[in-house]
Amino acid sequence: MASFRYGFILLVMLALAAVPTVAIAIDEPFYVSLFTRMLVMAIAACSLNLVLGYGGMVSFGHAAYLGLGAYVVGIGFYHASNDGMEWALNGWMHLALAITIPGLVALLIGAISLRTRGVYFIMITLAFSQMLYYFFIGLERYGGDDGLSLWFLSDFGGVMDMNDDVDLYYLSYGLLLVILFLLYRLVNSRFGMVLKGAKSNERRLMAVGFPTYRYRLVAFGISGAICGIAGFLMANQSEFVSTAEMHWVHSGDLIVMVVLGGMGTLFGPVLGAVGFLMLEQYLPELIRGGCEVIGGNNCGIAGEYWKIVFGPLLIMVVLFARGGIDGLLQGKVGRNG
Amino acid sequence: MNWILLIEQCLNGIQLGLLLFLLAAGLTLVFGIMDLVNLAHGSLYMVGAYFAATFTAWTGSFVLAIVLTLPATLIVGAVVEIVCLRSLYNRDHLDQVLATFGLILFFNELVRLIWGPAGLNVPLPEFLSSSLELLPGLVYPSYRLAIILASLTAAFFLYWLVARTRIGMLIRAGASNREMVGALGVNIRFLFTIVFGLGAALAGLAGLMAAPISTVEIGMGENVLILAFVVIVIGGIGSIRGAFVAAILIGLIDTVGRAFLPDVIGTFFDDEFADAAAPALASMSIYLLMAVILAFRPEGLFSARGG
Repeated sequence: MASFRYGFILLVMLALAAVPTVAIAIDEPFYVSLFTRMLVMAIAACSLNLVLGYGGMVSFGHAAYLGLGAYVVGIGFYHASNDGMEWALNGWMHLALAITIPGLVALLIGAISLRTRGVYFIMITLAFSQMLYYFFIGLERYGGDDGLSLWFLSDFGGVMDMNDDVDLYYLSYGLLLVILFLLYRLVNSRFGMVLKGAKSNERRLMAVGFPTYRYRLVAFGISGAICGIAGFLMANQSEFVSTAEMHWVHSGDLIVMVVLGGMGTLFGPVLGAVGFLMLEQYLPELIRGGCEVIGGNNCGIAGEYWKIVFGPLLIMVVLFARGGIDGLLQGKVGRNG
Repeated sequence: MNWILLIEQCLNGIQLGLLLFLLAAGLTLVFGIMDLVNLAHGSLYMVGAYFAATFTAWTGSFVLAIVLTLPATLIVGAVVEIVCLRSLYNRDHLDQVLATFGLILFFNELVRLIWGPAGLNVPLPEFLSSSLELLPGLVYPSYRLAIILASLTAAFFLYWLVARTRIGMLIRAGASNREMVGALGVNIRFLFTIVFGLGAALAGLAGLMAAPISTVEIGMGENVLILAFVVIVIGGIGSIRGAFVAAILIGLIDTVGRAFLPDVIGTFFDDEFADAAAPALASMSIYLLMAVILAFRPEGLFSARGG
């Protein structure tokens, strides 16, 4: 089964690389933006997987770092278009700030949250992300509740053009590959061993002399920084920044992606993000189709209620397929996650 | 400072706090006894509000709606527990978070399917639609006073139930050691269903009382749920007393902060800054309070389980 698993993952990654070419060939440019969104969510899910899958910290507030990364682009745009500060559109600066600011905020939030354990940790990360959510709603200057429409995107000079969907797609793809490589190196390093060790038996690790709190905190900060990159890409993809993306339901979506794909595996979150967005895109049509097959009335409306299927589906995954997609590829079925 | 306004805002704060307590009490009971994180608790609040809207429209009487809504939400809660949550008690918290997250999606769509996407309005009951003059110059809507009284009654009932009755004794025993209670021959599954149904009915009560003073809409439970989480984290998970103290604290700080923070900041900084910063700061204040409390007491104010 192992070779099948690697083959499948390789196939998915290669297929992702070919998306823009195929989409343009069949004249369906919509697919480029759909798959860009998948890549962006894959990056965010990978960042969450570092703390959730490898570190065993159930962070229920990662949408906040996604939002912070997006607001870096949004606030830069605001000052460039309203105060004439052309330099505020610089893409390299956006990227650098979208890594450092969410990273630092994650360190701050992590420093307080990691003092607690278990359910407290879940609820505190949730509450802090809501705090940032309301903070940005309160910032009327940068759109508040309504968000900001971006007429200018991050400017990378002549290197690439964010208005070009294909450029943005390959930037996201490249960043995803770099992040996957870095995560691979990270989790297989001494640092990663300590992180995984602290998940399975913290007391023993502390007895050996590792300050697990600091290791966890650093992992939390790195995770926030990576999630910020996803936010930067998301703002450029949707050409819109709003607080809606910071809402806690999106933190829940991210957890679902990680678990759906397979926690604590390198490619699991990528599979999970692709699978999640595929379901979001095609489950309504599937329901509509199924409704027509059995000859129901008002099938067009039935598709709108796809979450009524999706919710219980999620519960089934939790109860019966803890390993997620990656676990299924390895032939593991059942509760071992 | 305007004293009349301050007292009025304090009353509003207490009213919000008591509503939060009704939600938080159910959450903290379920967590303390079953060790279950229930994100779908806000959905029960929403369901309570929708039931209240429907029953008020059917019967034309808000009081009758209350009488019907409470058992209805209790039944919904018990069904959810039996069908879905029962198999989650021995799972880790991540599983519970995910499964109850799935429940939220399910409930939101179910409500949209049954009641439609538009929000509903519940009219104020006629006999409570007037205002009372509590102090010279202080006029307060009688419906909000009724909420305060009803919530306090519910809180006393809960205290009596948990501290003075046989079933309360079993609940407390279950909170401190559920295996032992089971071994002594108590039907622990039934007890859990009752506790969950009780929590659901409390959430439904909060929802139905909030219905006339806010819009009944999909997702109305989710923002309140986060506040209830903040309450039980500050109060100490599993502690009803802690939930009560923390709920009043949060209700007061949130309401009074929103009303007076612009003025307070305005006296120190210029008005433009106050207008920009005050709304953001006011909505952050309760989370900052939580951060400060947790920095000193990571287990919350009343950390003892049970209680």
